[in-house]
Amino acid sequence: MTTETQPGHDSRAESERQWMIRFDKVVKRFGDVTVLRELDFHVKPGERVTLIGPSGSGKTTILRLLMTLERVTSGTIEVDGRYLSHTRRGDRLVPADEKHLRQVRKKVGMVFQQFNLFPNMNVLRNITEAPVRALGVPRDQAEAKARELLELVELADKADKHPSRLSGGQQQRVAIARALAMEPEVLLLDEVTSALDPELVSGVQNLLRDIAQQGNLTLLCVTHEMRFARDISDRVLMFDQGQIVEEGDPEQIFTEPEHQRTREFLQAVLDA
Amino acid sequence: MTTINPCGAELPGTLGEAMPFLCRGAVVTLQSTLGGSVIAIAIALVVGLMATSRLRSVRGVARAYMEFFRGTSVLVQLFWLFYAMPILTGYQLDKVGAGILALGLNLGAYGSEVVRGAVQAVPPGQREAAVALNFTPYQRMRYVILPQAFVAMVPPMNNLLIELLKTTSLLSVITVTDLAYQGRLLVNSGSDQLVVFALMLVIYFLFSYLITLLMRYVEGRAARVVGRERPRRRRSAPAVEGAR
Repeated sequence: MTTETQPGHDSRAESERQWMIRFDKVVKRFGDVTVLRELDFHVKPGERVTLIGPSGSGKTTILRLLMTLERVTSGTIEVDGRYLSHTRRGDRLVPADEKHLRQVRKKVGMVFQQFNLFPNMNVLRNITEAPVRALGVPRDQAEAKARELLELVELADKADKHPSRLSGGQQQRVAIARALAMEPEVLLLDEVTSALDPELVSGVQNLLRDIAQQGNLTLLCVTHEMRFARDISDRVLMFDQGQIVEEGDPEQIFTEPEHQRTREFLQAVLDA
Repeated sequence: MTTINPCGAELPGTLGEAMPFLCRGAVVTLQSTLGGSVIAIAIALVVGLMATSRLRSVRGVARAYMEFFRGTSVLVQLFWLFYAMPILTGYQLDKVGAGILALGLNLGAYGSEVVRGAVQAVPPGQREAAVALNFTPYQRMRYVILPQAFVAMVPPMNNLLIELLKTTSLLSVITVTDLAYQGRLLVNSGSDQLVVFALMLVIYFLFSYLITLLMRYVEGRAARVVGRERPRRRRSAPAVEGAR
């Protein structure tokens, strides 16, 4: 087992130093369905963590909570020492307003399973629009940066193309460039290769591997590709029914999982 | 108004007799259509977006507006605006003004539904991506959602505008001197019914076709913005199909 679980006391100052992401007794319910049950987990700055587990185990919900696409039912989430969707008023925590959300969101970026490129903009514009509009970066500067990123994802020649003219793999690489253009500290990857044709998967994975190795980006990755999970992560969390059943470094989880549930899951995935 | 007539009083027979009047009526019809359209589109956008709000109260207001103005007839709304409002408020709109307002309010209610539907039909992933990229709620709507929803709005809006054009004929009941009014006047004063009614038919049709052409152009532009070709339309000219 790892030593990630921190002993008892937690003054704010310390948590600010140590954790990029911190879930504290997070509960998420959709109607009657409880997706996350009092979930606690922490991620260090620069750490690369993969979430695995059966569908419906709450992995994607964790990413969506971090991206503020959903709100917690109870409990708190902190990103880089700040409450994500709460603000402190006196002694109480109250739901945060849009302004606060936008502040905290600056640190987080996300790549989606379905790419979600904007069809009303060409590739370059997809990448520059948010920095220009949401961050106020001058357009020429944003474009220069976008072209660098397109270079990185090896699509420099596609800047003027329309997203629909690109293959799935290319679209996903643009989506990655688009997320990186916002210079997030945390990047969330939500089954980013699941919607791709098999022969396009490796291109995207290689790119992400490079990105993971270069930067000091904190990565949180939901995937069903175990080899990719193994390559990319420092730590793997196995989820089932809204809780972490096992965690450890990839080597340990994939070669000698301790829990029966993990073994069953890995067996099922590898057989598929 | 006796000497110069762009619509040719010198035309032979019933044509020469009717066209000057029909033309004047047509101009009024066109003005009412334009005015009504501007108001209807403005209302459709505002109320339609209100109907997609996350705030229940805002949605409620939009809902109430739509149901009320769709559920009561244009004619009755017209009577209220023109006859009843002056009694209640002491403010008398002129005939054309009241007509335009009634048309705008009524068709705007239908248009709101079009806007709401089109906005909600944009895949949720688009909004989520816009949130993830930290756009403000206004920016999400303005730069991501609306441009995509717009394409879907145009064809049903085309229907509504044609509907609006034809509904202008109701304005004749409050004695707005539109095409329908002039036509009936001509017939009542002894012009050949068949010719007059045929001319009215042609003029209404030309106007509605004009709207369709305009909206197709707009749709084509909008479709290109989201990277889709405009759906191909069959040509009536001798079909010269490309190889395929």
